[in-house]
Amino acid sequence: MSKKSRGGGGGAAAGEDPEDLSRSPLQAVLLADSFTLKFRPITLERPKVLLPLVNVPMIEYTLSWLESAGVEECFVFCCAHAQQVKEHLGKAGWTGKPAAREMTVTAVESHDAISAGDALRVMYGRGVIHGDFVLISGDTISNMNLKDALQEHKDRRKKDPLAVMTMVIKHSKPSILTNQTRLGNDEIVMAIDPETKELLYYEDRADVSNLYVTIDKDILASNPTLQLRNNMEDCYIDICSPEVLSLFTDNFDYQHLRRHFVKGLLVDDIMGYKIYTHEIRSSYAARIDNFRSYDTVSKDIIQRWTYPMVPDVLSFGDRQEIKLHRQGIYKASDVTLSHCAQIGANSVVGNGTSVGENCKVSNSVIGQGCNIGKNVLIHGSYIWDNVTIEDGCKVSNSLVCDGVHLGAGAIVEPGCILSFKVEVGKNVVVPAYSKVALLPQPSNEDSDEELEYADTNSGVTDSPPFSSMRSADHPTVSDDDDLEASETGTCGVVGYVWENVDAGIQEEWRQSIAPIPKDKLEELQHAASFDDDDDGSEDDFKNRPTVLDQDDDSDVSAVEDDDYSKFEKEVEETFQRALDGIHQDNLILEINALRLSYSLQHADCAGALFHSVMRSALVAAQSTNGNLLKTTAEALGKWKDLLRNYTKSVDEEMEILLKFEEMCQENTKEFSPLFSKILPYLYDKEVVSEDAILRWAEEKENADESDKVFVKQSEAFIQWLKEAEEEDEEEE
Amino acid sequence: MDFQVVVLAGGTSEKLSPLVSKDVPKALLPVANRPVLSYVLDLLEASDLKDIIVVVEGQEAARLVGAWASSAYLDRLLVEVVAVPEDIGTAGALRAISKRLTANDVLVISGDLVTDVLPGAVAATHRRNGAAVTALLCSVPISGPSDAASSGGKDKAKKPTRLNIVGLDITRQFLLHIVSGTDVEKDVRVYKRKIRAVGEMEIRSDLMDAHLYAFKRTTLQNILEEKESYRSIRLEVLPYLVRSQLKSSSSGGEGTTVDETGDATVPSNSHLQCLSQHRILAPSAFKKDLLSSGGTYRCCVYIATKSKYCHRLNSIQAYCDINRDVVGDASHLSGYSFSAQNNIIHPTSVLGSKTTIGPQCMLAEGSQLGDKCSVKRSVIGRHCRIGSNVKIVNSVVMNHVVIEDGCHIQGSVICNNVQLQERAVLKDCQVGAGYIVTASSEHKAESLSKKVERF
Repeated sequence: MSKKSRGGGGGAAAGEDPEDLSRSPLQAVLLADSFTLKFRPITLERPKVLLPLVNVPMIEYTLSWLESAGVEECFVFCCAHAQQVKEHLGKAGWTGKPAAREMTVTAVESHDAISAGDALRVMYGRGVIHGDFVLISGDTISNMNLKDALQEHKDRRKKDPLAVMTMVIKHSKPSILTNQTRLGNDEIVMAIDPETKELLYYEDRADVSNLYVTIDKDILASNPTLQLRNNMEDCYIDICSPEVLSLFTDNFDYQHLRRHFVKGLLVDDIMGYKIYTHEIRSSYAARIDNFRSYDTVSKDIIQRWTYPMVPDVLSFGDRQEIKLHRQGIYKASDVTLSHCAQIGANSVVGNGTSVGENCKVSNSVIGQGCNIGKNVLIHGSYIWDNVTIEDGCKVSNSLVCDGVHLGAGAIVEPGCILSFKVEVGKNVVVPAYSKVALLPQPSNEDSDEELEYADTNSGVTDSPPFSSMRSADHPTVSDDDDLEASETGTCGVVGYVWENVDAGIQEEWRQSIAPIPKDKLEELQHAASFDDDDDGSEDDFKNRPTVLDQDDDSDVSAVEDDDYSKFEKEVEETFQRALDGIHQDNLILEINALRLSYSLQHADCAGALFHSVMRSALVAAQSTNGNLLKTTAEALGKWKDLLRNYTKSVDEEMEILLKFEEMCQENTKEFSPLFSKILPYLYDKEVVSEDAILRWAEEKENADESDKVFVKQSEAFIQWLKEAEEEDEEEE
Repeated sequence: MDFQVVVLAGGTSEKLSPLVSKDVPKALLPVANRPVLSYVLDLLEASDLKDIIVVVEGQEAARLVGAWASSAYLDRLLVEVVAVPEDIGTAGALRAISKRLTANDVLVISGDLVTDVLPGAVAATHRRNGAAVTALLCSVPISGPSDAASSGGKDKAKKPTRLNIVGLDITRQFLLHIVSGTDVEKDVRVYKRKIRAVGEMEIRSDLMDAHLYAFKRTTLQNILEEKESYRSIRLEVLPYLVRSQLKSSSSGGEGTTVDETGDATVPSNSHLQCLSQHRILAPSAFKKDLLSSGGTYRCCVYIATKSKYCHRLNSIQAYCDINRDVVGDASHLSGYSFSAQNNIIHPTSVLGSKTTIGPQCMLAEGSQLGDKCSVKRSVIGRHCRIGSNVKIVNSVVMNHVVIEDGCHIQGSVICNNVQLQERAVLKDCQVGAGYIVTASSEHKAESLSKKVERF
């Protein structure tokens, strides 16, 4: 038993179960493609996982964490910009040189995957996953200890092989005003069993119009206690059993990990697969899903919540060492700082960057090789590598990519995204929330290189739609008329200004780097107080749900009635055709088929068929009573076999009697005087038995007078039947 | 304590016939040989709640209850028995006596409650939280929920029947959501804003509303006045309070949105927030905060621990269960001291030779048993005359019952003055007062009673 494992963290998690000889190495599937469009336009040129987060590509955080958490084998699934990802993996020493790392990294490339579901299907096809694995996206930052979660997962699996997945969740209370978490994600409503931690209900992207969370009664029946929580955040770190991959392969419509897979499993109670949650309390885990989370997570990293995933510990490639100074200021070794430049708290300045006189940098990250002139104000922004910012510029709460050039006096307002190599002219004001790139906004045709499945489908507005292409037709944009009119007018912006959706402007602030503007908050607050008033009036509507329910109920019964009358009509039509000479057996078949399609009872058929027979008799007989009686007798005689086919039990015979009665009272009153004459005939032809007639009479005994008309009419006959019965008994 | 207690003692419930009759209203139905109402009254006395109004439906029933209470609790409690018309519902009964309520808080107890949860604890919780209403919730008793037990046991085995669905906050102090009545079997719909406000809500379906509520008097009176159509506390008044508890007062409009501190992003007028933050604030601050804002109220719960006994006598099945429990598992409730054989045999009772009284039995004063009788897990009342070779298992025999030789009684309830002639066999039957069961007759799962002259 060689307890000596390959490395500290790895050994801890891996060497847990010595008696389990068939133990396969802990594997991980890292999706190096988020299958969303939220980081456009930047992701047109570089995959999201390679975007620098506090000067280190995101995927480095994820891989380092996986390695430290004891994962031995990691499969990096690349799709968009696969070449760049592979190159990076090689350059950073993950692939290529064997034994350089404790974790082997294998790149898996596919170009036609458009969703996480596709990616997992590809992984299944490769057949490389043998045991439990960690499913994670390449943009997840964490320092949690996987050991506990893995152990929990394994223990559960031993007891219940249907527990296929453990989701890692973390406390995070969404703001009451915006209903999103600090990562900019929409609130999630989950129902969790407090004892077993089983996930029972999951609702993300909570539909605002839906005021209620509806928990199926069956869930409550099997779980007397459950917690409904919306103060949890999904970390998108999943510990999965190998079955998960085959589930994705079996269900081709599973695309999104949460919206399809998780919901699919929760709704499907045939297979009975279960998902459990693992709550982390002290450790960190977050996924960068949008620009706001990019901002939030960057700040968390700078403030060392993610330790040891922090800039001065995480070593990456050829980057120079970064040192932490007081007040959370990180500086690389050869930074050129002017004496009167102020670097404020919680800022990072990368290698080879020079900052000019009287600059003020606060809460910002500046990459390598940047050149920042004099009197520049940078606040809450992310400046990537090799950016030139000339004198007197002002950048606040924005993201500036590699090689951007800001002319002197340019002002970048909050929430802007300046993609690679964009040039902003002198004294140009880039308005808030603009996205500028050198590449045009793709149209529908050329958009398939990085297609987001879920977003385009669910029609949510915060991803740029492909339809609104207004400004993309103008390659060189300086076309803010107001701008030109107002100032210099000579220079503008080199690049395409990407359009947002019409409603996008309103929604843009939700997931932008810039903090939520005050006026928005006030607006929301007003809305909330209005809501409060609504809330009050909820009481006045309090009966509404129940009233609605009642409506529903009555609708249902109305529908049923309706169904029955339709059925009756169809039976009559079928019967009409029978009159034209269809064989009786076929008729029975057809009626049975009708019964099944309307999902009605056998007795209903008897009633409907009887109705049809009587109608035919009525049609045949034109006028006089005598004639009607005759035709009725004829019709009954002709169709008695058919009717008998449906009158196997007393119930069905009763149904015929009741139907007859109903007909006499309602639509075909012609029969009513003949009731007592037809009844013995029915008896003679053995369509209805004496049992049925007697029971019918008995049931009517307590009915209203009006209901008893026909019983009275045929009293003599019933009396006769009774006496006959008694005689029978006496004979016995 | 400035608490007034209202005991809703019911009248002559149809549901419990033939046990309940004109002579024995529900409140006086004997449980282990003392009226069920005495359990509630003793409990109140133990909590030092002495100002009690007992509301009885029907004049005649009220007279009987009054006569009993004044003799039994003379000098111990201040019991006032009030008669209200029949079938006006629990809320209706409260409305009828609304004018008599003067104390700050009112404790409303159902008279058929047999429990060892002290009402004083509920009252104290109510006061501590400054709540508008505090409801007592109990775990569903082990012997099966009494409401459902009578409705056939075939689905009982599969899933536990639910009596209420309640939503609690994380501290399990506040009642955020309640579903009762027929809606229980539907899907649960929770208003999202509530979840948002508290972050985490616990939905439980294994708790039972024990029909013990502490109300703030003014709130209660307002609701009874405003909502004239409300008939039931459990189905209407309480859900209404829970629904509207968090709505902000009408005064909290636009004027209060600007906070004194100026930069606070949390609106001060929303009580949802107050609730969500109450864990951070000191309890006292929380209370002050809410009380000062006015116009709103909070609904709280007192959850009895699992070990507490709590059962309502509202069905025949429940009657049998409670009788069995009070002399059995929950014997501390009976107030008697049990013998070494775990039973109570009154010294004045007479036992024939070879007659055995098993454990968890009670035999009251003056009863006589003949030879070779066997009594197991049963309660036998006063002055019964029981012949020889009689077997009584799992049954309740009330007072002055005559049981002749060779009778077998199992799982049945025999009311006062019944006569069982020789070798009658009863299984799962209820025999109404004064009925005579003929010799050698066999009855199974029947309800036997004298024909009542009704028109």
